[in-house]
Amino acid sequence: MERLNVNPTRMMLTTLKKRLVTARKGHKLMKDKRDQLMKNFLELARENKRLREEVEAALARVYESFSVASAVMSQEVLAEALMFPKQGVKLAVEGKNVMSVDVPQFKFETTAADPADIYPYGFASTSGELDAAIAGLAAILPDLLELAAKEKEAAMLAAELEKTRRRVNALEYVKIPQLEMTIKYIVMKLDENERGNQTRLMKVKDMILEESIEEKRRQTEEACAM
Amino acid sequence: MYRIGVIGDRESVLGFKAVGLEVFPCDSGQEARKIFREIADDNFAIIYVTEALYREMEAEVTEYTDKRLPAVIPVPDKDGSLGIGLAGVKKSVERAVGADILFGGDK
Repeated sequence: MERLNVNPTRMMLTTLKKRLVTARKGHKLMKDKRDQLMKNFLELARENKRLREEVEAALARVYESFSVASAVMSQEVLAEALMFPKQGVKLAVEGKNVMSVDVPQFKFETTAADPADIYPYGFASTSGELDAAIAGLAAILPDLLELAAKEKEAAMLAAELEKTRRRVNALEYVKIPQLEMTIKYIVMKLDENERGNQTRLMKVKDMILEESIEEKRRQTEEACAM
Repeated sequence: MYRIGVIGDRESVLGFKAVGLEVFPCDSGQEARKIFREIADDNFAIIYVTEALYREMEAEVTEYTDKRLPAVIPVPDKDGSLGIGLAGVKKSVERAVGADILFGGDK
């Protein structure tokens, strides 16, 4: 692991120690976020899968009725029958905050004068299968919208989860070791300087001591000679 | 108020019109891409695309995956499911977890 390229000073040491504390705290929070996101996401994905299978099966039945209807009726009559829908769908989008991800929530309302009578045609010229198809489709419409919301939420959570996972790993395996290593390097360097200083002082002390002993000896010798 | 769109081949999407969704019938991937480009930023909250066409416009759809709206949702068309929708669920699991840990046992 590469250590940071910094000057080994006390000031830098303090700064780095502070950063390490922040990194550790951030890592812990990110990890918690990741775990919670994962829990939410897996639940959502399971739900999503179940819903999708349901919707796909229901749609298959609707298409079946439709193809029977279009086989019985001519294309023109079919197109004409469905040309002006009686029912409209009003959709409002609200936001929901899931672990700091703003996921859309769909609220919808159907606008038909009579929910039981959504068929935009008279029954004389159309086949009964068409009624069944439209009724089926109207019945799965809430599920379809639910599916859209769930799938969008899953996709957004997945993106957030990927980001969080990367951040956790970057902190855990790059940033924190790097900081630790740099701090160790600075501490060792400072200790080394300290020891160097100590030895130098001792050496100087020795030299001064020796000098003064020499001086003393000379003085004694001079005194004896006299 | 947001709108809901359906892009797909003529026969598959016909019914959606009757229940009140906005329908954009088209027959080729190119046409579908063009329509999608036009409506994607036009206050549509949900765009359902039939799987056969979804397959041809994946590049366009990916741009909107991480955006809040619209939600682009593949649905099977009249010829039955191609499994693209479920593959999408699987893909998002893979993206989130790093490996498919939910649906691997099914096949």
